[in-house]
Amino acid sequence: MFDKEELNRIIKERERWEKTTLPKWVSRRPERKSEFKNLSEIPIKRVYTPEDIKDMDYTRDLGFPGEYPFTRGLHATMYRGRLWTMRQFSGYGTAEQTNQRFKYLLKEGETGLSIAFDYPTIRGYDSDHPTAKGEVGVCGVAVSSLKDMEVLFDGIPLDKVTTSMTINGPAAMLLAMYIAVGDKQGVPREKLGGTTQNDMLKEFFAQKLIIFPPKPSVKLVTDIIEYCAKNLPKWNPISISGYHIREAGANAVQELAFTLYDGITYVESCLERGMKVDEFAPRLSFFFSAHNDFFEEIAKFRAARRLWAKIMRERFHAKNPRSWWMRMHVQTAGFTLTAQQPLNNIIRVTIQALAAVLGGTQSLHTNSFDEALALPSEQAVRIALRTQQIIAHESGIANTIDPLGGSYYVEALTNEMEEKAMDYIQKLDDMGGAIPAIEKGFFQKEIADSAYKYQKEIDEKERIIVGVNEYKIEEKYPIEILRIDPKVEEEQVARLQKLRRERDNRKVKEALEKLHYEAEKDVNLMPTIIEAVKSYATLGEICDVLRDVYGEYRELIVI
Amino acid sequence: MHGERKIRVLIAKPGLDSHDRGAKIVARALRDAGMEVIYTGLRQTPEQIVETALQEDVDVIGLSILSGAHNTLFPRIMELLKQKGLTDVLVVAGGIIPDEDVPELEKLGIKGFFGPGTPTDKIVQFIFENAPKRS
Repeated sequence: MFDKEELNRIIKERERWEKTTLPKWVSRRPERKSEFKNLSEIPIKRVYTPEDIKDMDYTRDLGFPGEYPFTRGLHATMYRGRLWTMRQFSGYGTAEQTNQRFKYLLKEGETGLSIAFDYPTIRGYDSDHPTAKGEVGVCGVAVSSLKDMEVLFDGIPLDKVTTSMTINGPAAMLLAMYIAVGDKQGVPREKLGGTTQNDMLKEFFAQKLIIFPPKPSVKLVTDIIEYCAKNLPKWNPISISGYHIREAGANAVQELAFTLYDGITYVESCLERGMKVDEFAPRLSFFFSAHNDFFEEIAKFRAARRLWAKIMRERFHAKNPRSWWMRMHVQTAGFTLTAQQPLNNIIRVTIQALAAVLGGTQSLHTNSFDEALALPSEQAVRIALRTQQIIAHESGIANTIDPLGGSYYVEALTNEMEEKAMDYIQKLDDMGGAIPAIEKGFFQKEIADSAYKYQKEIDEKERIIVGVNEYKIEEKYPIEILRIDPKVEEEQVARLQKLRRERDNRKVKEALEKLHYEAEKDVNLMPTIIEAVKSYATLGEICDVLRDVYGEYRELIVI
Repeated sequence: MHGERKIRVLIAKPGLDSHDRGAKIVARALRDAGMEVIYTGLRQTPEQIVETALQEDVDVIGLSILSGAHNTLFPRIMELLKQKGLTDVLVVAGGIIPDEDVPELEKLGIKGFFGPGTPTDKIVQFIFENAPKRS
């Protein structure tokens, strides 16, 4: 980006500065540490100059927003055209309660809904399953059948909202229920907009909410991608997720590399199915974490976009520019929230949200400050949303595109993140792909090592966390904690049992038998699952059929 | 340490949540501190936890939970331990457990609570000081 002569002049000046000005300052005011590093262990230099990006080519490596390789942003107008979607993940208690919270959030100006399901639902169990005891409606909303989904979206027309569902193992069943609600409301399927997380690979080594073994899991993921490509053109069938990889302990480079590698694996699975890359690739979406190291995170988002564009174009020969797009959702890192002096978390979330916006995200969830203690209270949720609104409307950040583009530091770091991620991708290719790497415990070990190292640094005060290992106070912070009434479980179980009595059980039986038959063949199961949920077969019943055919996964434990 | 039995610890995750980052870090820290650690993975039922504790003859059980189901699952675990005669086992807990729930859980016999932000050496020290002495 600089001509040779100019660069030589800069290098000479740098050498002079290092001999004259710098030593005087270092002797007078020694640096705080002998080495500065970011969370990915990348050494951070004292100062960055054109020398650090001397090999960059502006048009090749950065280009213009809305054009390959999309380093500066996916759209030509970015936030000048439309702000990012402010999407707050929510859900608790019964479907009625979550329905109320959705209506509240829509009234407060939220532009997209995002459903948190409770653990029994996520694991494919009905609310009256023995292991569901004490967990029904606690960490999300309980959805055991189409009946619950109907209540959840009562009075919310599905063609007026977009809905993100954080669901993986039983993604096909919950999407089928959503489609069924849309059918009942008379909304054409091609108007349904939203996302199913539906990323099983990261479950095996990060989030670990698993029902079936890896192969049938990836098969179901692919069924959904294929079904959506043909029937739900506005639906994002998958949100390939680094967030959970990061939360489990990975550093930023690992998050970037493992997420993109999962993406590669799904693309390969769709191609093996006989789909054409440009038929499905435009609807693939991504989900990342925004952690504490501000510039590292910004570099990560920019590198992710550029690297994915290259992979889609060069590795998979996609022709449609939309196939090169990495559309991303970002959530601020829940792990960084402290239980100590919880109001400080508002500042952490703000910094992380700024990084996400400066990194060019399409949508954002900001965490509530009390989440290290319990489910967020209404006040905390409001502040989290207001944080985004202040960034959007008051800070001026959204007025120009990629304002940090061209920063010597940010560009050098973006390049470095990309290179390090490519090294991992090469390594994973050499291991034979994501599933063999999962079976060997490769990801698990990498993540556990990073998590342990991070904790050791905190324990040894090499890393300061304000209020946790430094600047501590004696406190009793009176925090308003959202508690789930045990009645939620009783009511939910009662509704479910009433459903079992009142539905046409002969129809349910037929639908489940058909599913069993189809699951043993190699066909797309989505149409049969939609039929089954419409007969009011429950989530647990449908998952049991597939457990019977596919078996259940047993965790590979890597400490 | 010659002749002395290493402290045996079971790190267990009851409930359906899968937040195992903390449990694994604690498992590793205890192991690095010279204890023998058994980690049985996610979603263990109270019955499985107590059975493992019995089979493995552990001195300490560390329960990690972040799903909010502690008030349902912990009493069951403590009850089963009593039934099996494992009353001298030190039981500690970590994860997200609101302060106001602690007194009730202490009454059941759970002795140490280590929430988010606890340094691992504090847990190590607590276990060294409170684990039942056996030879």
